[in-house]
Amino acid sequence: MSVPVLDQLWVYLAASPLLHLLVTFLAFMGASYLNRLLGGTPFLHPVVLTIVMIIAFLMLTDTDYSTYFEGAQFIHFLLGPATVALAIPLYDYRERVRRMLMPILLSCVAGIVTAVTSAVGVAMLMGASRETVLTLSPKSVTSPIAMGIVEKLGGIPSLAAGMVLITGSLGCALGPVVFRLVRVRDPSVQGFTMGLAAHGFGTAYSFSSIGAVAGAFAGLAMGLTGLLTAFILPPLVHLFGL
Amino acid sequence: MPLIAGMSVLLGCQFLGEILVHGFQLPVPGPVVGMVVLLVGLMINGRVPTGLRTSGEGLLRYLTLLFVPAGVGIMVHFDLIKADFWPIVVTLVVSTALTLAVTAKVMSWLTRSVSKDPRDEWLEERS
Repeated sequence: MSVPVLDQLWVYLAASPLLHLLVTFLAFMGASYLNRLLGGTPFLHPVVLTIVMIIAFLMLTDTDYSTYFEGAQFIHFLLGPATVALAIPLYDYRERVRRMLMPILLSCVAGIVTAVTSAVGVAMLMGASRETVLTLSPKSVTSPIAMGIVEKLGGIPSLAAGMVLITGSLGCALGPVVFRLVRVRDPSVQGFTMGLAAHGFGTAYSFSSIGAVAGAFAGLAMGLTGLLTAFILPPLVHLFGL
Repeated sequence: MPLIAGMSVLLGCQFLGEILVHGFQLPVPGPVVGMVVLLVGLMINGRVPTGLRTSGEGLLRYLTLLFVPAGVGIMVHFDLIKADFWPIVVTLVVSTALTLAVTAKVMSWLTRSVSKDPRDEWLEERS
């Protein structure tokens, strides 16, 4: 095949959703394989590795995000029904959730207060601008809710989505280490904590690396944290004089 | 056909969730409300239909993959992150670690009195 023909083929493929859909699947399979090869280390979580590989590919081929998303949106769309499907494990473990209702609500409030005050406090100490501080404040909440909160406060919603993503990956990397340090073994507590601190990333991690109970509690924590943070965060941030 | 029926239930609940969110101006995303709708539906129905379980658990098994397209979006924010790099990095690491530690500690302390149910062991082994 001559070079111009290859060139035309590339232009055609790069414009169709097929290429980036395939790239996403291949990168995910490659990352999962690599992670298994490295003994399942939490510091190279398959999602994080996949994202890094795809960004590198897009930069090498000089492709912008909107072109990539045209192909990847088919995968992205499934997040909606998958979130709805979280009701299934929750229903399976409803007895345990009912027994733990008060601890669940209290730890959720404690977790949210810790997440917001520590994010705002550390960012202010580090001399971040007011806008950045506000943008960081809802970092543990699932991105659509976080963006809504930041918009109302006067931060940067699109950057908030980025902060939420990094928090999610960090939560997957730090979770196992922190659980060992504080000696917490109960899968329902581990899952709930992951869902609270690292939203959907933590929920996905709980399903794939801890188990179905953990996944159910993580999904519950993710929903509850999003719901409660929308109400708790604004007055908390005002306490810091912002 | 049960797989199609299961997928329809999931999409239908999400649809209802979106309607409720827009109708009542709720501050939460449609799918989260859809999850509550499905949970209520399952409580009323009293069991999970096979088709719904197959399609729902299939989606949840690959939940990590579904976050990839949104995650790649971080590349759009590289410049904004560069402007406040260290404050952002230190805040995210410290705050995430603290949140994990406090939540796990508080919850395991609060649940220490909740008696273990033998059915839990059984469900855990099955999963």
